[in-house]
Amino acid sequence: MTATATRTVPPLVLISGPEAVIADRALGATLDDLRAVDPEVEVIRLFAETYEAGALGMHASPSLFGGAKCIVVADLDEAPDELQEDLLAFLAAPEPDVTLVVTHKSGQRGKKVLDTLKKSQARVLEAPAIKSDRDKTDFATHEFRAAGRRATPDAVRALIEAVGKDVRELAAACQQLVADTTGTIDEELVARYHGGKVEATGFKVADAAVAGSAGEALRLLRHAIATGVDPVPIVAVLAQQLRQLVKVGAAGRGRSAEVARDLGMAPWQVDKARRGLSGWGPEGLAEAIQAVAHADFEVKGGGRDPVYAVERAVLTITRARTGR
Amino acid sequence: MSVWRDVIGQDSAVATLERAVTDPASMTHAWLLTGPPGSGRSVAARAFAAALECPRGGCGECRECRTAVEGTHADVDVIATEGLSIKVEQARELAAMSALRPSVGPWRVIIVEDADRLTERAADALLKAIEEPVPRTVWILCAPSLEDVVITIRSRSRHVRLRTPPAEAVAELLHRRDGVEMPMAMYAARAAQSHVGLARRLARDEGARIRRRDVISLAGRIHGVGDAIGAAADLASIADEESTAAAAERDTAERQRLMEVLGADPSARTQPPHIRSQLSGLEKEQKARATRHSRDVLDRSLVDLLSVYRDALILHSGAALGLVNQDSLPIVQGVARSMSAEQLLQAMDAIGTARERIGLNVAPLLALEAMAISLRVPR
Repeated sequence: MTATATRTVPPLVLISGPEAVIADRALGATLDDLRAVDPEVEVIRLFAETYEAGALGMHASPSLFGGAKCIVVADLDEAPDELQEDLLAFLAAPEPDVTLVVTHKSGQRGKKVLDTLKKSQARVLEAPAIKSDRDKTDFATHEFRAAGRRATPDAVRALIEAVGKDVRELAAACQQLVADTTGTIDEELVARYHGGKVEATGFKVADAAVAGSAGEALRLLRHAIATGVDPVPIVAVLAQQLRQLVKVGAAGRGRSAEVARDLGMAPWQVDKARRGLSGWGPEGLAEAIQAVAHADFEVKGGGRDPVYAVERAVLTITRARTGR
Repeated sequence: MSVWRDVIGQDSAVATLERAVTDPASMTHAWLLTGPPGSGRSVAARAFAAALECPRGGCGECRECRTAVEGTHADVDVIATEGLSIKVEQARELAAMSALRPSVGPWRVIIVEDADRLTERAADALLKAIEEPVPRTVWILCAPSLEDVVITIRSRSRHVRLRTPPAEAVAELLHRRDGVEMPMAMYAARAAQSHVGLARRLARDEGARIRRRDVISLAGRIHGVGDAIGAAADLASIADEESTAAAAERDTAERQRLMEVLGADPSARTQPPHIRSQLSGLEKEQKARATRHSRDVLDRSLVDLLSVYRDALILHSGAALGLVNQDSLPIVQGVARSMSAEQLLQAMDAIGTARERIGLNVAPLLALEAMAISLRVPR
């Protein structure tokens, strides 16, 4: 999934995809490869925001002293019309000594340039978005493997729980572990570096609360508040999760895809709600929703201590889950 | 025919104001009209202004009367706001204006329709002008209740209290002024709980009547928690529907007008940046307005729902009072049968809590869900 460049670089390179870390690395690898061939290569960076018409042509034209050049055009997806026109003009008549590297995050803008690049047999390096926990797990595992290190699955999971919010941070953490330690990377090692740090979100708090584990929910809640999550969205997520439980519970049996369509939810949400429903009875849900509504009132100025209001709501929810 | 004709069901207040017009000893320089929403505060204020300007003391026919009631009279200034508050800059302008002599009539009248929306600083800016006005200037301030007005303004003005007009009077007004059939007018007046503007909307707009019926029929239908969540979603979507129906037309008209003013080409696929930014500014404003409006509509739906429980309570106690939902008697009877007086009071409390919470910016759907859960009745 990560992009690596081989030793020889073709004259046109396109780095395409939204994940900045991977795109940066692909660019770095490409430049390294160019320098390996010719250490004197001149690198010129052009940015979409500050581009002035004609700059590309000026930099691309052969200089008096000769020598190889690499022109890096960043963010084609934000490029003004002048830059796009200049790129098309360059692609129509490429200079022999120039390597052109273009990065494009996502979207329709600059499509004509993209198509022309692909038609001219540019090397395309993908930088796909890393969003789900599975993507992050793959990414971290790959990081360790690329460095020739072994990491246990538990260690990777713990690492993602601790610093998984930001891919750049995750990459930095992986590098730090690789550089500072020896041997197999296990959970204990991760805990030594990142112990006690948990990236808690409202969703994790809500999952724990709905599952009835008061201690876990409170711990996550404190972590979330401590890392700057506002109580208001936490309450909103609690309300949403309980609402889904009630809706799915009232929808009765039936295939989850159909239920999902009727309720306007995603099928996985229905399945999750069905799993969560065990241990919940109607009275318990009623009590829980009323507690959350009261907490929402309190976090929005009706009470004195918003954090306490959420904590109390979480406790009420876990207590309400007794199967009534 | 008199200018007081449209001020209905307010005999004692009208008597006070009429006396002030005829007898100089009963006149004063600042009046504060209070009354519940829909009781006709601004109508009364305009009628009073007309009576002051009219050479015959409020005939209702002459040019002075008509222009004063319409708000176009040269010496009558009507200040109302669509925003949340009246700012101090506006108040300073008003204070300066109040020092001018009347140009055509005997009085310069300044009507502030939302005196409750004066910010504290704005009210302070008016104090001097209200306390010691020039001889021929009269202030008429309107507010829902005395408590809504800053105390320093309250103490500088004479208070006239309007009451909720009886439903018969409202129906009669709808029949006479808007040409609504009497049975329909009576239904609308009762259903709107004597709010004149609302009653007119109910009488004229079939959609509004259907939506109201949908709301009150929720009352007896909530049995389980699942029903409650469904009912809350229904309520929220009814309110959304109502507010989008009202806003859509106005929003497009405003957008067209802005495009014309900017000289933009409406058929262009994408607008140039400076026009885009203006348009997005307008959209933001419209969105804020829509939010406020849908909250208002939701609050009104809750008042409608409340009226069912109130009626059921009246049936329980056997009091000889008119029902708000006379036309939906089966629903009211059903609720009265399945709930005890105590449960009815609890249900009314739950609705009141939801209104308070929505007013304080709690997510409307969540507040409604908590309320609907408290409204469950055993099957």
